[in-house]
Amino acid sequence: MIASVRSGLDALQRRVASGEVGSLPVILGLVLIWAVFTYLNPLFLSPLNLTNLLAQIAATGIVSVGIVMVLLLGEIDLSVGSVYGLGSAVMAVLAVQKGWPAAPAIAAGVLTGTLIGTFHGFFFTRFRIPSFVVTLAGLLTWFGAQLHVLGEKGTINLNDPIMLQLANQFYPASVGWTLAVIVVALLGTDLFFITRRRRAAAGLPLGGWAGELAKFVVIAGVIFGAMAVLASDRGVPLSLLILLALIVGFDLILTRTRFGRHVFAVGGNAEAARRAGISVNGIRIAVFGLCGTLAAFGGIMGASRLEAVNYNSGTGDTLLNAIAAAVIGGTSLFGGRGTVWSALTGGLVIGSINNGLALLSAASDVKFMVTGGVLLAAVTIDAVARQGRQRAGV
Amino acid sequence: MLQLRGISKRFGAVQALSKVDFEVYAGEVVALVGDNGAGKSTLIKVMAGIYVPDEGEIWFEGKHVPVHGPRDSAALGISTVYQDLALSDNLDVVANLYLGREELSTPLPLLSEEKMEQKAREVLKSLDVKIPNPRNAVAALSGGQRQSVAVARSVMWKAKVVLLDEPTAALGVEQTKQVLELVLRLRNQGLGVIVISHNLANVFEVADRIIVMRLGRRVGTFNRADSSEQAVVGAITGAEFGKFQPQA
Repeated sequence: MIASVRSGLDALQRRVASGEVGSLPVILGLVLIWAVFTYLNPLFLSPLNLTNLLAQIAATGIVSVGIVMVLLLGEIDLSVGSVYGLGSAVMAVLAVQKGWPAAPAIAAGVLTGTLIGTFHGFFFTRFRIPSFVVTLAGLLTWFGAQLHVLGEKGTINLNDPIMLQLANQFYPASVGWTLAVIVVALLGTDLFFITRRRRAAAGLPLGGWAGELAKFVVIAGVIFGAMAVLASDRGVPLSLLILLALIVGFDLILTRTRFGRHVFAVGGNAEAARRAGISVNGIRIAVFGLCGTLAAFGGIMGASRLEAVNYNSGTGDTLLNAIAAAVIGGTSLFGGRGTVWSALTGGLVIGSINNGLALLSAASDVKFMVTGGVLLAAVTIDAVARQGRQRAGV
Repeated sequence: MLQLRGISKRFGAVQALSKVDFEVYAGEVVALVGDNGAGKSTLIKVMAGIYVPDEGEIWFEGKHVPVHGPRDSAALGISTVYQDLALSDNLDVVANLYLGREELSTPLPLLSEEKMEQKAREVLKSLDVKIPNPRNAVAALSGGQRQSVAVARSVMWKAKVVLLDEPTAALGVEQTKQVLELVLRLRNQGLGVIVISHNLANVFEVADRIIVMRLGRRVGTFNRADSSEQAVVGAITGAEFGKFQPQA
């Protein structure tokens, strides 16, 4: 037992030294931020406020999931703020002015994002224009389209109950506890039984129990802890469940499917991927399409929370928060390294700063400067880790 | 096993290869040496299917075969390890070995990690490549180990002839030794191995035959057993041993 704990610690130390820092810095940062805000205002840790925080991060978090995938390719998408705005504007106009029912209107909004993302991917791969330029042009173009779609009035209030439900529905604690128990049970079965049995059947060496046990205890603790907090307030927000479902789904796609493997391969070494017979451009177009889709869906979640779409939807800090969350969460700007869980962990950091400073009645000036500082710290960690890898002879 | 007959290739005014014959047999290591611009790389690229020769024929296992592109060459079982290795640093060894050929499970099309890891361990073991854990990222490997992984990937898909472009450039003494041992193991498994190298000491350690190119022609063939480094150097530079007389 002690030996396996020690080998686990050694592995961790090796990873840090060779630049594979993973999500360690962001967890430490989050603990620090929470400690500071709780010290400044004890209300920060109240169930009411934490529930608000979790509901606040959903829209941007969904956008971040798409950004993480684009960053894994070593590319960037600067248009997500405008796609966020345009997607929600399309939905609002169709539903409120054209009288479409909720489901097709939402689908049309999301599909707008898919088309735009695919279009960006096509321009990027076909004409070899750097992705930041293509999507910078997109940022302007689709913001213009958003203004055009919204028309002269500029604000459309949502009144469809289904649309409002997306961000404002809370499920009672009993539903949440049931889900939490199911998820923890599934995780435990996978960690302790399925994976180990399959490895044993294939005659592969099994690692010690310590790493898996620690992982299980930490994840189960976080899930039940979060559930306890939510249970003592309004219950489980639907928006949080949607965000988590998307993260788990895309994590599965990225780590356990051929498509996901190829995304990492293209981000790590595009030439090697091409020689291995991978359709590099196909992967790129697909990822930009997914990023556009998620950006538009994030916009729809944001509109549901605001209960309206206006000229300002998706402008301001939406784009920067989504990118900052991904990077703060530990996804490398240099491609090939990261996880979609960055969208949650980094999103919590950004969300906590915004939320905590609002509790302290700080104005936007402080908020922007603090967020900028945290982003700079995160990219510095990323760059230093990359140098560590290069020093390790990579 | 693989035979090239009368291969010529022009690039504009430059005659890169003129009427070059080349052959490698199963279970043999052939070193291809020559100065820069001698036509080694062009010849390798003809074998790999990247260049289509202007003249000449390619024969494989006794049959005249058409090679119009890299796919034809790969389908025959000719695989090439270029100097840049083409590995993905961020992926682990198993993922690199299976890149583009991932095994999937049924019924859900998820990656079958156990199956791939099992086969990867077998391949590495059969080539006696020592890697602490095939689940480590390639980024964490030494230069010799990376070269070994690249070679293992090239031969694990039914390769019969392997082309290695400068496999020991940029490697330390110990790692060079690892890679040369790997070359010998490939030969002992019955593959035809072609090595391009500038390092004659290495060439003499592993090659059965040494083919010297100069100015697009094959100017000499040496059996390792009965030749000296000096003679090979003479052929490379054109100062043929014994014939060269300084002008007074």
